[in-house]
Amino acid sequence: MADATDGMLPNRTLANKTLADRAYHIRRNAVRMGEVQGQGYIAQALDIADVLAVAYFHAMRYRPEDPDWEGRDRFLLSNGHYAIALYAAMIEAGILPEDELETYGCDDSRLPMSGMAQYTPGMEMSGGSLGVGLAIAVGKCLGLKRKGSDSFVYTLFSDGELDEGSVWEAIMAAAHHRLDNLIAIVDINNMQADGPSTQVSNFEPLVEKLEAFGWFVQRVDGNDLDAVREAFDAAKVHMEPVPRMIVADTLLGKGVPFLEAREKNHFIRVDAHEWALALEALEAGRDT
Amino acid sequence: MKPKTPSQTTPGKPRLTTSAMIASIAAEGQPTKPAPFGHALVEVARKDAAIVGMTADLSKYTDLHIFAKEFPNRFYQMGMAEQILFGAASGLASEGFTPFATTYAVFASRRAYDFIHQTIAEEDRNVKIVCALPGLTSGYGPSHQAAEDLALFRAMPNMTVIDPCDALEIEQAVPAIAAHKGPVYMRLLRGNVPLALDEYGYKFQLGKAQIIRDGADVLVISSGLLTMRALEAAKELEKDRIGVAVLHCPTIKPLDVETIRREAAKSGRLVVVAENHTEIGGLGEAVARDFLLNGVAPKFRHIALPDQFLDAGALPTLHERYGISREAICRRIKAWL
Ligand SMILES: Cc1ncc(C[n+]2csc(CCOP(=O)(O)OP(=O)(O)O)c2C)c(N)n1
Ligand SMILES: [Mg+2]
Repeated sequence: MADATDGMLPNRTLANKTLADRAYHIRRNAVRMGEVQGQGYIAQALDIADVLAVAYFHAMRYRPEDPDWEGRDRFLLSNGHYAIALYAAMIEAGILPEDELETYGCDDSRLPMSGMAQYTPGMEMSGGSLGVGLAIAVGKCLGLKRKGSDSFVYTLFSDGELDEGSVWEAIMAAAHHRLDNLIAIVDINNMQADGPSTQVSNFEPLVEKLEAFGWFVQRVDGNDLDAVREAFDAAKVHMEPVPRMIVADTLLGKGVPFLEAREKNHFIRVDAHEWALALEALEAGRDT
Repeated sequence: MKPKTPSQTTPGKPRLTTSAMIASIAAEGQPTKPAPFGHALVEVARKDAAIVGMTADLSKYTDLHIFAKEFPNRFYQMGMAEQILFGAASGLASEGFTPFATTYAVFASRRAYDFIHQTIAEEDRNVKIVCALPGLTSGYGPSHQAAEDLALFRAMPNMTVIDPCDALEIEQAVPAIAAHKGPVYMRLLRGNVPLALDEYGYKFQLGKAQIIRDGADVLVISSGLLTMRALEAAKELEKDRIGVAVLHCPTIKPLDVETIRREAAKSGRLVVVAENHTEIGGLGEAVARDFLLNGVAPKFRHIALPDQFLDAGALPTLHERYGISREAICRRIKAWL
């Protein structure tokens, strides 16, 4: 995995699976977890799988057998309800055992529906109360700099979180403190609890706003693996001492055509028999 | 803190789901009413043009979407931004409107506390704060479990605090708090809400505690969901010839201490305060303080959530684990007698 050598090389050197393979397995793991509960944020997991594939299998430095390894890049899941997606990625990365996905959301599981630091190895923060992750990220970036660490802090958050004032406070603070070790990714799936995000509280024009706040900003199709990989690469090597934002436009339910087409909802309904169909659809999409 | 150990789930055993967004506190077969808050608000709003609805991206999850659909021009979607939700509610109230502002109990009490304290309570604005997922009614863990909301809002001067028991009481409380001038925090049960008080011919009165049923051995003083559980426990314990009276106190503040004291002073009953709330700062401590100040000294016990971050999991599991299920209440009362 990541860097069996000295922790300085990206995963891809040792991983022979393609990123598309990784994304497929992340989606598959997520669908299997969704089936355990018969519900869940499966449409979000499917939309963000490509970003997580690039994060965990191209960009980030970590040791799966030692999730607390000091030299790791940090990954903060601000949108805690996306935990199903992160568990799926961490299972694929070997940080969590695959058979544990059977326990997703069950009593006494290490994989609760809403991600929490005390429950799950590799989970760096407790989410659930949205709009918090970037604040922690600012502190982590400051702390890593104080320690002389070259690790990055990756933070995933959601377009709904753009509504929270705390997010913009952190965006200002990160620029003020010139946090060039911060790479934030915002999932623009244009969905939140009450409906399409742009209708609930319009945040556009987002790139211009973030640039005006002093960030290095890239907006990409979050379901185009090449584009996402290039954006992560560019974020890492960017020369200016400023924080980096990847605005990822994604499609809810991506990879399972009947979920892509379903009426869009924060909490999508999936019938009992559809989980198997979803796995089949993923498999079929893989061949093409 | 160290990660928990992997779970030992038995293969083939039916799994209990976490049930947070779709939390149902209705027992199987229990009669329910859909969205009692939303429908009741529509009714009062027809007669009172000053009423407006506001939410922070949770209209569907607080039953306010019913109001939004009926009165789209009187509904404000503030986005997932609880601080501006309550700040703006204060502003609307200062211009003569009566905002009903909804979110989850955790986000009103924790995220927006200062905004509510300063702009609503201190300015004494006519804002009705109506919040879903009160106490332990979500399986998502501490982020969604508002174990301390009553303590926080009780501690605010000017604030009236209501913890209704069921769909009937919510329907009756909505016009009552609309008619009351001043800030109100009301806990909300949403979705298909159980009916429990109808069989007792109950009628909500703001500021009043009421005996729902009488009993010779135990007096349960309770609010909200725990009144429903206490009534169920009382029926169970009746089979063992244990007489349980239930004194329901939906208005947590101002508390009807006269009625509570009068009932508690009646000879020899075990007094149990039961609340869907942390043991710190809620109904139990309010009642105990009043007893001490007034020399009322019954045998006193407290059913409440422990002072710890509660687990994630299925609600029935958690209610049993923390001693607030019907079965746990029965067991505990028997042990105390
Ligand atoms: C501070 C806070 N307010 C409200 C909520 C309730 N809530 C949970 S998810 C959600 C929608 C957030 O938007 P987003 O993450 O973009 O939704 P998704 O893309 O998953 O549909 C809301 C309002 C919350 N968890 N935290
Ligand atoms: Mg979204």
